Amino acid sequence: MKNEGTHISSYFSHAVVLVVLLILTTISVTVTAWHLGPFTVAVALIIASIKVRTVITYFMHVKYESRFIKMMITGVFVVYALVIIITFIDYYLR
Amino acid sequence: MPMSTHEIHSEHIDSDTGKLGMWIFLFTELFLFGGLFLVYAVFRAKYSEDFHSAARELNAFIGTMNTVFLLLSSMTVAMSITAVQKNQKKLAMFLVAVTLILAGLFMMNKYFEWSHKFEFKLYPGSEVLKNLPQGELLFFGLYYMMTGLHAVHVLIGMVLLSLNLVKIGKGKVNQEHYLLLENSGLYWHLVDLIWIFLFPLLYLIT
Repeated sequence: MKNEGTHISSYFSHAVVLVVLLILTTISVTVTAWHLGPFTVAVALIIASIKVRTVITYFMHVKYESRFIKMMITGVFVVYALVIIITFIDYYLR
Repeated sequence: MPMSTHEIHSEHIDSDTGKLGMWIFLFTELFLFGGLFLVYAVFRAKYSEDFHSAARELNAFIGTMNTVFLLLSSMTVAMSITAVQKNQKKLAMFLVAVTLILAGLFMMNKYFEWSHKFEFKLYPGSEVLKNLPQGELLFFGLYYMMTGLHAVHVLIGMVLLSLNLVKIGKGKVNQEHYLLLENSGLYWHLVDLIWIFLFPLLYLIT
């Protein structure tokens, strides 16, 4: 049953996820209005990452997908992070 | 009897591979926008002052409203899959329709936002834009490219959702066969994911 049957997310759980996302958006808008200098970008990106993770996990139903799909998604984000890091190393050491 | 079990089995596999294919496609989309985010990041590091002043031109309120529209629509499309799985056809159609309306509201906001900028002659290739400092020119170039490409994705998503609405109505997307709705949902969530990053980077960090 666990492997064969499809997991059906409840309407309630989707609504809870939405509330969480809206709260995170509110935090993001409030915090960036404080003008914390370089921290503003960091805070905004951290909150955005949490939101993206929440959407992928619950709305995109990845929590209940196979390990293979989970590994691929993680892999792609790791590759993209490496691309960013390598580009910035190149940019700052030029 | 063995025939029917075989069919159920292959159906399950088809659904899995169909979803896997969609994910691989989404990865290419991620790198399409990822490249633009990278260009943004490098130029932001190089022209941080110009990016700060140019970002002030954007209306954070409209941006926030659009964020809420997309988050809401992401929930309704996710709920529509639940409705189809529970065989609640009318509810599923209603939820997909609400998603479409929210997408329409997003595009309407985008229209007002862009036309407001066009009034001030802030559009790619305009004289006003050409005379701005280099960094501001780059900011607006990236702004139009990224939000424009994102808007194209919203439109494609709307076409896919309309197709689903028709197919649910005709019973072609149903409790047993709903891969199209699942994959369209995944596409729609991608549109949301990209906006989640675009919104703070363009509108909030001023």
